[in-house]
Amino acid sequence: MTGSKETKQYKNPVLNWIEFRLPIISYFEKEYGEYPMPKNCNYFWSFGALAMITLVTMIVSGIFLAMNYTPHTDMAFDSVERIMRDVNFGWLLRYIHLNGAAFFFIIVYIHILRGMYYGSYKYPRELNWILGCVIYVLMTATAFLGYTLPWGQMSYWGATVITNLFSVVPIVGEGLKTWLLGDYTVSNATLNRFFALHYVLPFVIFGVVGLHVAAVHVHGSNNPAGIDIKSKNDTVSFFPYMLLKDTLAVCVFGVIISAVIFFGPNIMAEVDNYIPADPLVTPAHIVPNWYLAPFYAILRAIPSKMGGVLAMGAAIFILFVLPWLDTSKIRSCNFRPMYKWFMMAFFINFFILGYVGLKPAEGLYLLIARLGLVYYFGFFLIITPFIGWIEKPKKLPASISDVYLGGGKEMPSPVAQKEIH
Amino acid sequence: MKVFLFLLAFFLSSNLWSSESTYKEMPKHDWSFSGVTGTFDRAALQRGYKVYREVCSGCHSMRLLYYRDLIDIGFSEAQVKVISSEYTVLDGPNDDGEMFERPARPADKFVNPYLNDNEARANNNGAYPPDLSVITKARKYGVDYIYNLLLGYHEPPEGVVVGEGMYYNEWMPGNQIAMPSPLSDGVIDYDDGTDTNIQQLSEDVTTFLKWAAEPEMEVRKNLGIKVILFFILLGFVVYLAKNKLWREVH
Repeated sequence: MTGSKETKQYKNPVLNWIEFRLPIISYFEKEYGEYPMPKNCNYFWSFGALAMITLVTMIVSGIFLAMNYTPHTDMAFDSVERIMRDVNFGWLLRYIHLNGAAFFFIIVYIHILRGMYYGSYKYPRELNWILGCVIYVLMTATAFLGYTLPWGQMSYWGATVITNLFSVVPIVGEGLKTWLLGDYTVSNATLNRFFALHYVLPFVIFGVVGLHVAAVHVHGSNNPAGIDIKSKNDTVSFFPYMLLKDTLAVCVFGVIISAVIFFGPNIMAEVDNYIPADPLVTPAHIVPNWYLAPFYAILRAIPSKMGGVLAMGAAIFILFVLPWLDTSKIRSCNFRPMYKWFMMAFFINFFILGYVGLKPAEGLYLLIARLGLVYYFGFFLIITPFIGWIEKPKKLPASISDVYLGGGKEMPSPVAQKEIH
Repeated sequence: MKVFLFLLAFFLSSNLWSSESTYKEMPKHDWSFSGVTGTFDRAALQRGYKVYREVCSGCHSMRLLYYRDLIDIGFSEAQVKVISSEYTVLDGPNDDGEMFERPARPADKFVNPYLNDNEARANNNGAYPPDLSVITKARKYGVDYIYNLLLGYHEPPEGVVVGEGMYYNEWMPGNQIAMPSPLSDGVIDYDDGTDTNIQQLSEDVTTFLKWAAEPEMEVRKNLGIKVILFFILLGFVVYLAKNKLWREVH
């Protein structure tokens, strides 16, 4: 049996010993050392790495927070404040975790929108896209559960509103809701199970992220031109080229998130969540975390509760089937003169939905939310398939190398080349 | 693709989070602790604590604070011992199984003016005086709101009817507040001779409340500058290395 497969040889005997028994060294060498990246990738390709780093940061800071947190309705609020006041650098842990969640969503939204704009979801990366959607769904669940834990007013009422949505399920709805809550209302039993789930879900996310990364490494990363790698000349190795680029992105991101964590740690937090939960006092406006607001806007745009829940579910589910809704073979919107603008409009629409999702569902806000909802679904169900049929794409460049050297039009001057970097 | 970044910047800009335009713009006060390097004025904090102790603490609890925390605003340990000993806490049971009262120690939490929430309501016309521990984090506009609220008591404008036991306040949402104007010129004496006009009292007590809500603020800003400098320096080095490396890519 032994010797049927050549074991890679290393200078270090310890590495050899490990490699012979578990070829993990060569695996990492292949996936994170030599892994070929298209050399025209721009900084939008660093958001995957940023998301990974943020996930790890969230898990690590979360573990330390959990050591000091008490999941009991009488003590949760105070235990969070105790972390902020009496635990060494507890304020830092909590502000990292609080703002890290928001930035995690910013990063992942940019990552998703990048995938949409450059057509990264298309053949052969459909499963990769689906895994990404699974991660996103798990993230929203985790974020919602985490929002409950400080047991402030928004925690309590947010949990009440969202768990109420399950009661629309026919026949078993009320029973399902009670089963989820562990009680007839949001209570101590709810907080306990939400804490347990909030602790475990990030590890599930971590596992799916592993699959997501493994899947993208099978066919390689997409690139801004959306064309396939044709030769070795089209790529650079991950180490050190992309690693240095990603590290630079991490530094820029570090400056931005540090500015928020250290100088405005509560600018994205709801003030009501610094008021302890009170089941007898309803806040004037119950709002979700802003990063879930686009879907909250869709939920409230439909006048019936059942319809709203279905629309919200559909809004997320439709992402999963995007690879089959898009009828165009061209990946990158850079070469899709019509679809590009609808895509831009989709991004803007998504932000607008997020904006109105934080406002009361009445008057002009409600109207905007409804128009936004129409465009959201219209984009996926009508525009995306239809444009693919009628659009005449621009001519694709011959190779990634040509794109990198200036579109293959003329010999690039050193200055022009620098701009493409 | 720059549209992305533009939208992100737009979405992050704070005016999206501000309240509906139907409210009046909250006047901004110039705070000693605002800004990247702003720190708390210890004298103002101690004056502010005096305002809290002599005026606010009659009704408002600060249940998340300990007397020992006052060392942070410039009191000595001996002073804090004296301050805490003026309060009485219920302790026990002792060896005989009896509960007993004793003077508070620095390790005790700020003593609540009421035994429980119901007593607080019963003594305040049914209105619950909110705990002030994190009040500047728990209200929109934070310190500016508290400051303006304390100064916002007026006669109600023509045609506005104020409810029984309520007072008109320009900055309270709904303009009706159950708390009578707590401060007025010279309502307490300052030990350091600072003028005790109502603006000064409001500013000092709000500064104290800001410290109470964010006692870590000075350490946080200080560390923040270092962390950001670290990322800038590291980023600069990485940028140079990256450019050098990528220059060879053709």
